Amino acid sequence: MAKIIEKRLIRLPDVFYFKVQAPRLSARARPGQFVVIRLHEKGERIPLSLADINPEEGTISLIVMAVGKTTYEMSLLKEGDEILDLCGPLGKPTEIEKVGRVVLVGGGFGVAPLYPIGREFKAAGNEVITILGARSADLVIYEREMNLVSDRVIITTNDGSRGVKGLVTDALQGLLSSEAAELVMAVGPGVMMKAVAETTRAYGVKTVVSLNPLMIDGTGMCGGCRVLVGGKTKFACIDGPEFDGHQVNWDSLLCRQRMYVHEERLAFEEWKKRHAHMFVQED
Amino acid sequence: MDKHRSERIMPERTPIPEQDPLVRRRNFEEVSLGYNPEQAVREAQRCLQCKKPLCIDGCPVHVPIPKFIALIKEGNFQQALSEIKRVNLLPGVCGRVCPQERQCEGRCTLGKRHQPVAIGALERFAADWDMKHGVNGSVKQLSATGKRVAIIGSGPSGLTCAYDLAMLGHSVVIFEALHEPGGVLVYGIPEFRLPKSIVQQEIDTLREMGVEIITNAVVGKLITMEEILREFDACFIGTGAGFPRFMGIEGEELCGVYSANEFLTRANLMRAYNFPEYDTPIKVGDRVAVVGGGNVAMDAVRTALRLGAEEAMIIYRRSMSELPARVEEVRHAREEGVRFELCTNPVRIIGEDGWVAGIECVRMNLCGIDETGRKRPEPIPGSEFVIEVDIVIMAIGTGANPVLTENTEELRLNSRGYIIADEETGRTSIEGVFAGGDIVTGSATVISAMGTGRKAAKAIHEYLQSKKRRPSISAPA
Ligand SMILES: Cc1cc2nc3c(=O)[nH]c(=O)nc-3n(C[C@H](O)[C@H](O)[C@H](O)COP(=O)(O)OP(=O)(O)OC[C@H]3O[C@@H](n4cnc5c(N)ncnc54)[C@H](O)[C@@H]3O)c2cc1C
Ligand SMILES: Cc1cc2nc3c(=O)[nH]c(=O)nc-3n(C[C@H](O)[C@H](O)[C@H](O)COP(=O)(O)OP(=O)(O)OC[C@H]3O[C@@H](n4cnc5c(N)ncnc54)[C@H](O)[C@@H]3O)c2cc1C
Ligand code: SF4
Ligand code: FES
Repeated sequence: MAKIIEKRLIRLPDVFYFKVQAPRLSARARPGQFVVIRLHEKGERIPLSLADINPEEGTISLIVMAVGKTTYEMSLLKEGDEILDLCGPLGKPTEIEKVGRVVLVGGGFGVAPLYPIGREFKAAGNEVITILGARSADLVIYEREMNLVSDRVIITTNDGSRGVKGLVTDALQGLLSSEAAELVMAVGPGVMMKAVAETTRAYGVKTVVSLNPLMIDGTGMCGGCRVLVGGKTKFACIDGPEFDGHQVNWDSLLCRQRMYVHEERLAFEEWKKRHAHMFVQED
Repeated sequence: MDKHRSERIMPERTPIPEQDPLVRRRNFEEVSLGYNPEQAVREAQRCLQCKKPLCIDGCPVHVPIPKFIALIKEGNFQQALSEIKRVNLLPGVCGRVCPQERQCEGRCTLGKRHQPVAIGALERFAADWDMKHGVNGSVKQLSATGKRVAIIGSGPSGLTCAYDLAMLGHSVVIFEALHEPGGVLVYGIPEFRLPKSIVQQEIDTLREMGVEIITNAVVGKLITMEEILREFDACFIGTGAGFPRFMGIEGEELCGVYSANEFLTRANLMRAYNFPEYDTPIKVGDRVAVVGGGNVAMDAVRTALRLGAEEAMIIYRRSMSELPARVEEVRHAREEGVRFELCTNPVRIIGEDGWVAGIECVRMNLCGIDETGRKRPEPIPGSEFVIEVDIVIMAIGTGANPVLTENTEELRLNSRGYIIADEETGRTSIEGVFAGGDIVTGSATVISAMGTGRKAAKAIHEYLQSKKRRPSISAPA
């Protein structure tokens, strides 16, 4: 059981910040690692990245984007509530050293782990440039936090309502064509990470991505999280989640992520029926 | 054999009541219903009470078989269970899942000419009877020693080790990576073969004895071995061999390909058979192929049937007589309508739009003998053929999970990643650290895992006592 000691809505209507009490976990966790949570006895186990780690306080932070049943259920939890199961830190931490200029690219819930990762890269003496992408200005999240750990933050929006009009890859392309970078790190939806890896390939820049296949245990026991990297089968939960983006077989990852879309929709619809009051406006 | 003895021989086993195959293939209730008291007594009467009971030699932990059977015969069921429990902590589990035909029953004198005594069913009977009617005699634990022992992993080896150490008065903490304790007994072996309530009862007993169980605790990640050794006086590692293997053939990353561990974990631990009441989904499809021939494969294929597959089949590269699964499981699978493609091996999985569409196989010829002493299967050139399936489940074995061991450099491993430990004591290369179960032996059995847990408990106890005595010897009088 892990107690929620702070909860904030950080973007209407569906992105939430949670600070959770987890003394032992926070003492061990490193940026780039994740946890697996389960909310109740009938719940699913889902992975969430560590959005912050605070060993002095004995807390960790999570950023959750409500996309389906479990994440919506989590969005209903209040300060003082307990998360039934919290397991971690899982996965290998980000390899952080001084390399020179580091470009962090985040989209969707992918910005969550970038804050502690950026902080460490900065502390290691790197120049950190962050590119955050969203569909429109009001959907940009974590800009303030990323500003704290970056030398520069570039915002891109699809509709041009803020920053550079276009995708994160447009901004990345622009950046790499004028300035050299030693490392690009991308976290976000699979399609975005794939596009980032394709963009950087031409420049020969080392590109690390944090993969998000479906997971169950997160301890190497089920093999459900397997991904093809450099033609070899790897378990994202113990060998990753970070891999060389130029080596990842993206098509297989993107396809496997969609394995249960039908079931997920079913579970969510059932749940929505029981929580109709939350969705009046949409229905 | 003397005349008197052969006269009272009852050649036929008392049949063990089972659910009808056509009904049970679609439900998750237990297949075998077990003996009632009359049936148990009748079966117990078949035992010859041999002077040299070979059955005991066949049992990895030497359960006093004729003795407990005699007690059942007298109707003294409670006492029968106590006899078993002196050496076997989990009779309700072992009676159900031990490969008796290769252990006690395989050696039974009666079995030479007739059917062997149904030792497993009797063991199970005693345990079940106790669960229903037993007076919960409080266990007599020795007084607290003040020593703390950490147990890593809550499979049968860890549970047994914890029990023995708690009995000896040590304070025991179990660290378990998953959210539920029990190891393979809860995430792997299905409800229809081993009801979760049986494992739960054993775990409740441990908790009543004061054993603390910390779930969601991955040692090597949340806690290092170094910290464990700082906080505890000794430690037992029983993390199992739960790292699923794949064949390395084309198409294994398609949607619709599972490891048996994933398929069974979804179904058992996460209760996906109750989706959407439970949140975890599982895909079954109409046609399911399970690759492999062990207990794991049988569990997966029979789970697939119960989840609604129209056809579920085993693909195994050797023949029926080499199937490593328990004989009973193979019989049950066949009765339930599982198809067996024997002497057959997959060469690739065929995909369509990212999903499994079929599995291409080749027929195998059994010739010569391989290094394990079994017949060596070799592909018959040109015999390739395709079976249309929606789901493929790989049950070709598991290896050592690296999470704990790769984070603990001083722990010596063999070339396959298993922990090197002394056979008699479980002692490892680190002082105060003992290991047992599948992480030492490779995938084995519940009873052998329990056996190693018990030996290690004894060695840990001796270690703790010697540690206590050492300083006092050199201390001035
Ligand atoms: C290592 C890792 C770290 C993650 N970190 C975070 C995080 O910090 N914050 C956060 O909000 N989410 C994170 N995720 C994704 C999160 O686990 C899923 O969004 C969650 O499992 C969805 O569960 P659900 O029941 O709410 O929705 P579901 O009904 O399961 O899914 C709803 C929709 O989300 C998609 N989806 C489900 N799982 C994933 C996934 N793993 N990756 C991409 N899309 C998915 C589905 O295709 C579906 O369209 C992470 C995933 C991984 C593997
Ligand atoms: C599907 C299936 C069917 C089987 N059927 C039979 C059968 O019919 N008869 C039979 O005799 N045997 C059977 N077996 C084999 C038997 O279950 C195993 O040999 C036995 O469970 C091994 O016990 P163990 O104590 O070594 O570990 P396990 O039962 O494997 O348990 C290990 C535990 O350790 C935990 N763990 C792992 N790493 C860590 C870590 N770093 N930190 C904390 N915890 C950790 C795991 O989560 C797990 O709970 C079967 C196995 C499977 C998979
Ligand atoms: S070998 Fe068979 S007949 Fe003899 S004591 Fe054992 S169970 Fe009874
Ligand atoms: S999530 Fe099960 S092995 Fe990675």
